[in-house]
Amino acid sequence: MADFKQTPSQTVGPYFAYGLTAKQYGYPQTSIAEGVLVGDDTEGERITLIGRVLDGEGKPVSDAMVEIWQADAQGRYTHPADPRGSNSTFVGFGRLGTGTDPQNRFMFQTVKPGAVAEGQAPHITLILFMRGLLTHLYTRVYFSDEAEANASDPVLTAVPADRRGTLIAAREAGANGVEYRIDIHMQGPDETVFFDA
Amino acid sequence: MSSPESSASGYTKRDWGSHPPLIHPDYKSTVLRGPTKPLIPLQPGLTEMTGPVYGHEALAPLDADLTRNGVRNGEPVGERIIITGRVLDELGRGVPNTLIEIWQANASGRYVHAADQHAAALDPNFFGGGRCVTDLDGRYKFYTIKPGAYPWPNHFNAWRPNHIHLSLFGTSFLSRLVTQLYFPGDPLLDLDPIFLGTPEAARDRLVAKFSIDATEEGFALGYAFDIVLRGPLSTPMEG
Ligand SMILES: [Fe+3]
Repeated sequence: MADFKQTPSQTVGPYFAYGLTAKQYGYPQTSIAEGVLVGDDTEGERITLIGRVLDGEGKPVSDAMVEIWQADAQGRYTHPADPRGSNSTFVGFGRLGTGTDPQNRFMFQTVKPGAVAEGQAPHITLILFMRGLLTHLYTRVYFSDEAEANASDPVLTAVPADRRGTLIAAREAGANGVEYRIDIHMQGPDETVFFDA
Repeated sequence: MSSPESSASGYTKRDWGSHPPLIHPDYKSTVLRGPTKPLIPLQPGLTEMTGPVYGHEALAPLDADLTRNGVRNGEPVGERIIITGRVLDELGRGVPNTLIEIWQANASGRYVHAADQHAAALDPNFFGGGRCVTDLDGRYKFYTIKPGAYPWPNHFNAWRPNHIHLSLFGTSFLSRLVTQLYFPGDPLLDLDPIFLGTPEAARDRLVAKFSIDATEEGFALGYAFDIVLRGPLSTPMEG
């Protein structure tokens, strides 16, 4: 019997925009997902998740692609492995490149997820692709107003205490509602925690 | 057969013997963009065992035919090819109904992307992006044009080998994969720091095989390319 070993990852390169994020970048093709995860009928608190990807010199990366995956406001995933299912049209997946915003930010319009299970803090999974990353990176975003839940979340508490802050988005009142801000630092003293999931 | 290493959750682990390292100095962009601290192990839970699911409803009729989906007034220039194979897990089971997205340069090595300034011809009849969804056996098939090599600024006289970029989801966010398909016999492979960043034993998994069986008489050369993703060690049906 043959061995089936994982196909190696390769970088997304500098030219993914027209293939994976065509609509965002103004190409005349459809996209499977964009920065808006909510519809009119989505239940939950509307939030905008805003951030940048900063390289080892602290410069914003203009050709990164960020994908997020999250539960709905009740903590349920839209996926067959979650027997509870999700409400309405909420899918929980977003995808943005960092090349269309003047400050190279990603901005996802979504709802704040509920806790997936007892003992877990609400979180959003974020995976990062870019030129210069041969294998994509996997991290989580937690919320600054969930200090109590964060203090006992099994994934967050497995991170050394002095690095947990790199995973916590700061809640702010923005012009268009609640914003959570988080920058992803590839290197340096605030290097973001990435997981081997 | 050696069985893939599993995590306690029953989902296979990322095999670092197959994937490139995060910092590979020959590929210069990795030096400032790869993290320097070790990854922290995460025990997968429901968050990781789920992920976006896109099926046939996500497709338009010409999405898997790049020789036709960008046509304005004629045939695209270049060598018509077929890329076909199966998406599998590490136990050799087909991954059904999973989305594959691809993008590539045209026959002269130029991308439609606005930032690509390579002084090679754009082709008004070739876009270079497409999608398909695997069938119940995990099989997929694209019609496209063989992409050309293109220069890049990594080092003096650096050229990327002919390649097609692929993006896959698989069964959960853990199986997410972005990779590149290369072509057999390409002399640029031995000089390409992106390809060579891959552990040596795993490199040939990135090279498609010419296939006379996949070739269509009088129409297009065929290449076979199977893609192996991480997956659950057992399905709920099997207990
Ligand atoms: Fe490329």
